[in-house]
Amino acid sequence: MSASKHTLVALVEDKPGVLNKVASLFRRRGFNIESIAVGRIEQPGLSRMTIVVDSDSVEVEQIRKQFDKLIEVIKVSDITENEIVARELALIKIKATASTRSEIIQIVDIFRANIVDVAPDSLMVEATGDEDKIDSLFKLLRGFGIKEMSRTGRIALTRGAD
Amino acid sequence: MKKTGAQILWESLIKEGVEVVFGILGGSVLPLYDALPQYPQLRHILVRHEQGAAHAADGYARVRHKAGVCISTSGPGATNLVTGIANAYMDSSPMVAITGQVARPFIGKDAFQETDITGITLPITKHSYLVTSAAELARTVKEAFHIAQTGRPGPVIINLPRDVQQEEAEFTYPDRIDLPGYKPTLYGHPAQIRKAVDLINEAERPLIIAGRGVIISQACDQLRELAEKAQMPVVTTLLGIGSFPQNHVLSLGMLGMHGVAHANLAVQNSDLIIAVGMRFDDRATASTKDFAPHARIIHIDIDPAEIGKNIPAYVPIVGDAKNVFNSINEGIEFGSHSDWLSQLEQWMYEHPLVEDRGDDELLPQYIIRQIYEATQGDAIIVTGVGQNQMWAAQHFPYANPDSLISSGGLGTMGFELPAAVGAKVGCPEKTVWCVAGDGGFQMTIQELATIAQENLAVKIAIMDNGYLGMVRQWQELFYERRYVETKLWNPDFVKIAEAYDIPGTRVRRKDEVIPAVSKAIDCPGAFLIDFIIEPEENVYPMVLPGGALSQMLEIPKRVTS
Repeated sequence: MSASKHTLVALVEDKPGVLNKVASLFRRRGFNIESIAVGRIEQPGLSRMTIVVDSDSVEVEQIRKQFDKLIEVIKVSDITENEIVARELALIKIKATASTRSEIIQIVDIFRANIVDVAPDSLMVEATGDEDKIDSLFKLLRGFGIKEMSRTGRIALTRGAD
Repeated sequence: MKKTGAQILWESLIKEGVEVVFGILGGSVLPLYDALPQYPQLRHILVRHEQGAAHAADGYARVRHKAGVCISTSGPGATNLVTGIANAYMDSSPMVAITGQVARPFIGKDAFQETDITGITLPITKHSYLVTSAAELARTVKEAFHIAQTGRPGPVIINLPRDVQQEEAEFTYPDRIDLPGYKPTLYGHPAQIRKAVDLINEAERPLIIAGRGVIISQACDQLRELAEKAQMPVVTTLLGIGSFPQNHVLSLGMLGMHGVAHANLAVQNSDLIIAVGMRFDDRATASTKDFAPHARIIHIDIDPAEIGKNIPAYVPIVGDAKNVFNSINEGIEFGSHSDWLSQLEQWMYEHPLVEDRGDDELLPQYIIRQIYEATQGDAIIVTGVGQNQMWAAQHFPYANPDSLISSGGLGTMGFELPAAVGAKVGCPEKTVWCVAGDGGFQMTIQELATIAQENLAVKIAIMDNGYLGMVRQWQELFYERRYVETKLWNPDFVKIAEAYDIPGTRVRRKDEVIPAVSKAIDCPGAFLIDFIIEPEENVYPMVLPGGALSQMLEIPKRVTS
């Protein structure tokens, strides 16, 4: 994560249109969304939204406050400076021939990723970890030829009882 | 007891204390309107364009301090409300806009008169609802009014499909609502209050900037107590006019691009600014990097997102103005700043606002002054946007809140006439003057029919210079007098008024002003005066674009005899 990236975590009501509203708000205020991940949580009727924005600290506070103003948003925290566990999932389809396959498998093992699909000329890799790990794996696999790739964007929870 | 969605809506509005609604019907709200006669306690004002309904609801809301309600059909009816909704959003007016929608099975199919009004108004509403069943309608209405009227007020839209209006459901009006994500902070944090109190007690050149938030909070008495106890002068934003009586010795007037010179000089020389219920809009601050260079700023607002948005705050306080004032007033000492006040008085003397150049020109400043004299300030002035608005703001000494109704944030031309309708309906016993420009007046001129149909005694004063005045002023000052597309061919406004059964007169000479204004006031109903004013009169002072507040273009000082 570069210095200007911030992670915002919001507790929102699980109602239709909330994601659209959030994206619209960010667009309208000119805040750039790097990634956004949202899913249901332990309490029914609520979702947790994890948004990575690219901005400096002063502007992020303004983003956080505007975000908090939305009626469906219950709480927004900037957890960039907190002790957190952050993860993202990536699926990568790589070109693989009989000669390159074992090398790819070795790299995948080193990163503790998994092969989830095998085809005569490709392999699909599933990797979970923080962005740096995914970025490194991607760089190493790029040389073989990436056919397709999909990343979820970051989700994060703060460490400890908080 | 089972009722239709239409009945539930009207009855819910009545439960919310609604007395008047402004609207035009259409296909998608036919079932709704069909039930209206069952509720004679509700007054419906039929307008002639939905924009008029929205602005009327806005004007009503500002003078009555409760949500204004406007109703439209789906499709073009809803899109016609958009300007009025955006206007209410920018000026934080409480509004509930009810738009019809095509029946549920047709939503998303590009049906006749279908638009995604929810999507269109997303950035300009405080919240919006698409009602998917009659059973949820009552709760929706209750939530909508709560959101519109509390915290920082704003417009809420309720999209009501036609078949939901006809669907039946059990009607019980909820007594509580649960909005976990909406809990405005009303009381300032004690530590912040303490900091503010200390700064106020120590300041040498303190200044209060009061905005519309003080009026919304109905905190004018508390503001006055603060100013008088600490002996601090008060400037206001355009929409803050009326929060502090302008005839009070501590009143400096309006700041900003067309504020009075001594108000701007006060800001630029202050060492402590207490900004309340104002958002440091660019019309008020001019260049933000040059704004109040010597002052620490205490920023008090109910909306935390406004604090630090444009100008950094030294002491941020989130809370309702009235509550925060009360807390501060308890803590501060009696103050005295005679040197500062003398300096301000000196600047006031050196930079007078000129109303009358002592000749025979028909000047708008003089006209506004005469309206003040004739009403003794006991009137509601509803302005358009542009030069007419600035002259009305500068030359009428406003002593009460809710006496100036103006489109500040959005600056909507055409606001004046329907907003005057709304203000008059809201305060029928008050004299309401609509001060319009000849350009803006024609944008919502169709509402003359509403005035005629409802018999509303709105007095209309058109500052007729045959131009889009403010734009022409900019072209004169900054574009070397190239008047591109600003000259207006105008019809005979008096004849038009006559066609609407509204009496009127044209004034071309200065000595006709006082008799015309008297005639308007004596007339029991509506009256229109077409003032043919000096065509190239400019609004002064004017802060130069990109400049600091103290860099003003002023007219040559009056030579005293």
